[in-house]
Amino acid sequence: MSDAKKFMFVNRKAPYGTIYALESLEVVLITAAFDQDVSLAFLDDGVYQLKKGQQTKGIETKNFSPAYRALEDYDIEKLYVEKEAMTARGLTEEDFLVPVTVLGRAEMGKLMDEQDVVLSF
Amino acid sequence: MKYGIVVNEGPYQHQASDSAYLFAKAAIEKGHEVWRVFFYHDGVHNASKLTEPPQDDRHIVNRWAKLAEEHKVDLVVCVAAALRRGIKEDNLAQGFRISGLGQLVEAGIKCDRLVTFGD
Repeated sequence: MSDAKKFMFVNRKAPYGTIYALESLEVVLITAAFDQDVSLAFLDDGVYQLKKGQQTKGIETKNFSPAYRALEDYDIEKLYVEKEAMTARGLTEEDFLVPVTVLGRAEMGKLMDEQDVVLSF
Repeated sequence: MKYGIVVNEGPYQHQASDSAYLFAKAAIEKGHEVWRVFFYHDGVHNASKLTEPPQDDRHIVNRWAKLAEEHKVDLVVCVAAALRRGIKEDNLAQGFRISGLGQLVEAGIKCDRLVTFGD
């Protein structure tokens, strides 16, 4: 783990409507398999990716939100939600599927600055 | 410096592939190495050999292939994203290869900088 780089995945899009969120999750899992230091950040509409109670039957797409609960099985436990994005959408921590750390915009920026690789989806 | 590039959007529809190409070209001209370009999401369409733009337009696919050939740039298309969108060995343009997401992670690990182009 000493040679591991710090990878941050920045999720900025709603879970459905585009495929970014789903395909981002695929990279996250692969990166964890490479024993890297993985963290996820949720900004803008990306905060909706973690929303409880997603129902996709009406749009005939797969509800992949249970996968966020499986992240801890891959030792991915660093999930950060931007406070401003969350509150602007009327959400609170109780609305999320998994435990997250809520950070203000400035703190999130600082955390990004500490990363080796930032992939934004 | 050793660069890795990620292209997340298809050609023509979006400027991402153009910007990534121009960035790669400029980096190489400045003496940097572009070690790998990874095509993900709709970016996999940049590798379709069926691409036929009008004659007075740039040929985005062939342009990548030429850059790769001249400067030994590894052009990798994500297999899962490609199959989902109908890109496979049968219609893969010259100069590209299909492989897994591990190649993207490897670029992140090995390169000094990984630069993403897309929305």
